[in-house]
Amino acid sequence: MIPERFDTWLTVDRKGLFCRPGGFHIDPYGGAQRAVVTHGHSDHARPGHARVLATRETLAVMTARLGTPAEVSSQAAAYGERITIGEVAVTLIPAGHVLGSAQVLIEWKGARVVVSGDYKRSADPTCPGFELVPCHLFITEATFALPVFQHGDAGEETAKLLKSRMQFPDRAHVVGVYGLGKCQRLIVLLRDAGYDRPIYLHGALAACCALYESFGVRLGDLKPATGAKREELKGEIVLAPPSAIADRWSRRLPDPVTAFASGWMRVRARARQQGVELPLVISDHADWRELTETIAETGAEEVWVTHGREDALLHHIQMTGRKGRALALVGREDEDQ
Amino acid sequence: MKAFAALLDRLAYTPSRNDKLRLLADYFEVTPDPDRGFALAALTDGLFFRLPFRRILTDLLGPRVDPVLFDLSRDYVGDTAETIALLWPGGRAGAKPPRLSAIVEALQSAPPAEVPALLANWLDQLDATGRWALLKLMTGALRVGVSARLAKTALSEWSGVPLADIEEVWHGLRPPYGELFAWLSAKGPRPEVEGRATFRPLMLSHQIDDKELPSIEPKDFIAEWKWDGIRVQAVHQGGERRLFSRTGDDISGAFPDVVESLPEGVVLDGELLVMRDGEVAPFNALQQRLNRKTVSGALLKSHPAHIRLYDILLEGGEDLRALPLVARRARLEAWHKRNAPRRTDLSGLIDFTSVKELEILWADARETGIEGLMLKRRDSPYIAGRPKGHWYKWKRAPLVIDAVLMYAQRGSGKRSSYYSDYTFGAWRDGDAGEEELVPVGKSYFGFTDEELKELDRWVRNHTVDSFGPVRQVEPNLVFEVAFDSVHRSTRHKSGVAMRFPRINRIRWDKPAAEADRVETLAAMIVD
Repeated sequence: MIPERFDTWLTVDRKGLFCRPGGFHIDPYGGAQRAVVTHGHSDHARPGHARVLATRETLAVMTARLGTPAEVSSQAAAYGERITIGEVAVTLIPAGHVLGSAQVLIEWKGARVVVSGDYKRSADPTCPGFELVPCHLFITEATFALPVFQHGDAGEETAKLLKSRMQFPDRAHVVGVYGLGKCQRLIVLLRDAGYDRPIYLHGALAACCALYESFGVRLGDLKPATGAKREELKGEIVLAPPSAIADRWSRRLPDPVTAFASGWMRVRARARQQGVELPLVISDHADWRELTETIAETGAEEVWVTHGREDALLHHIQMTGRKGRALALVGREDEDQ
Repeated sequence: MKAFAALLDRLAYTPSRNDKLRLLADYFEVTPDPDRGFALAALTDGLFFRLPFRRILTDLLGPRVDPVLFDLSRDYVGDTAETIALLWPGGRAGAKPPRLSAIVEALQSAPPAEVPALLANWLDQLDATGRWALLKLMTGALRVGVSARLAKTALSEWSGVPLADIEEVWHGLRPPYGELFAWLSAKGPRPEVEGRATFRPLMLSHQIDDKELPSIEPKDFIAEWKWDGIRVQAVHQGGERRLFSRTGDDISGAFPDVVESLPEGVVLDGELLVMRDGEVAPFNALQQRLNRKTVSGALLKSHPAHIRLYDILLEGGEDLRALPLVARRARLEAWHKRNAPRRTDLSGLIDFTSVKELEILWADARETGIEGLMLKRRDSPYIAGRPKGHWYKWKRAPLVIDAVLMYAQRGSGKRSSYYSDYTFGAWRDGDAGEEELVPVGKSYFGFTDEELKELDRWVRNHTVDSFGPVRQVEPNLVFEVAFDSVHRSTRHKSGVAMRFPRINRIRWDKPAAEADRVETLAAMIVD
């Protein structure tokens, strides 16, 4: 039924994953003629492509971060809208990772391929939830592909932060968050837990928050941390990029408790290495259980594994009787975006 | 168990002492008996489960976890118990996690053969943090940066009962400490521990300063050598012999030799030393015997311990602490003459007529094991804590060298944004004949906050390489490093290790080439 082996028409070149009959790359590196971009994180949405197809939200993120999403033209696709590119049909499907994030369904001569991009299946009030699409080939992310990664309930982690704030009312709580996605998700988690005080932001986070709000995600009262008086920040929650929480920037804060919201915080050595005092296991990626269950649910007989810890996932894929392959893509290392 | 696990988790990441005290106090406040009592026991090393723990875990994991996935996970996480806690296919939906007290009581009474099944069941019911805490609890070593002393300090701060009062009853009590918590929360009387081998909080001394020296006169003060060992309290009461450290930790297990010949009904204060042929061995020798739960016959022979006594707190059931020092001293001398217990002697008194004379005596004293002088007021009662104006220590001036800053590492807690831990080196001839620096020590204190800011800036501006949290800097900044002594070390490339090094002064002015050589340090070795 399937006309050709997948690797004859889905190839990996210098720029990344290439769909030959469609003539486009997915999340390419270094300026492609035609790109389909899954989401706005900088290791997926890169500058310099001639033409870009992505969700409206992702294009807005790219505009905010890069100035323009594409050199020649950009095209917005709604979730579920089937678009023909060359000989193939492309459909963007919600991935539940961050605002605008999508999986890419490619259909050609009866074969269905899904590129997961980055995804998660746990609830996230700031973006539409992951939708499962049955396929023949599933190309999966593998950021947290070890059985030790089982992300718990994000609400409980948020409660940990709020409890610590009660225990240490004279200290600021500075939380390291990635600017796109984690920052806004944590804010909404706090709001949902009933926290209605102003939340203070490092300057680098303001633009993404404004963008979320323009897409209707309500974040409540946000204030810049930079101009705030030291005294004013006692007992407050301050969000900052991970690089700033334990560096000179944080010295302006009153005796801060250093927290970090990330899936990596599940491993003690990782938290300790970064000088984190309050690790919060909140991840925007699939954990081991989600990765393995999703593979099974797609019904795919062949699975390709992109960036991350592919060894363990490939072992699992082979042990469950599927065909597996590691895709060595350029520029995708240990990231949690 | 959830609250206990959350406490351990938070403590393990919290560097500040005050913050740890707050976390502990909050836990004692809201946690019911007997859970908080067992938690206290775990934190003060009072719970031991003799279990073939590794084997049990291996047996349990076999059928549950793919060995390839386990090895990959273990390599990533870096710790076996943590790996098991994280990947155990647990967290059964709707499971009610067991109480800490239920776990401890079951472990204390279950036949060994039933332990694996119990453990598997608990692991199924707990979440990852709970599983991590359970495995820590079962290994008997929590390692969350809380000493027994800190846990007792938290009890004191939480309840408002003075730490010394808690220490006096502590060793007469057993987990889960129901009586203690009743007393501390004002719901019960002070626990009755009369006649038991408990710890009496020590009387401590102040460093004397130059202004106070002239007031030291032989009619008011006695003088003794200050021995370079560790302060201990030896007790034999109610049929129990015990040796306590200065903070009230029971170290009897490591020192059976010094307490075995103490007669019943006595509490003594003295210095624990290693002595060979009547000579005090260097502190390094004593260190071989510290921090152990038990001691081998070979070590007892090669490093024989000894107590040099200087005070007596209780004799034949009579509390002597209210007596003046000279009266206690007379009781101590008479008692020692009558009983002459093996492996003890008396710390001698030094005759002197003036401070000047003491200074000369001291300058001539080259015997090893002397760290300085103790000056004690003749009429002082034995007062717990560090009362002013009674006991003084007069320590030998520290040794100093000039060393060159080589590496700086980020600190923790409040200092996590600063490069505050410094490794410094001394010069020596390299293999190729050129001068090279080799690390001789590491220190993170001795400087002011203002100096720390300047050092941090200097490190950032003079970095030549970085490895994770460590920066290598240009070898251009000289520290005057003060330290108490130097020892041979096989662990350090330089072959020497300093005791208690601290940054005495930052020599912004001094060229690095003029810093000291390793040979200078080696010449200061005393052992």
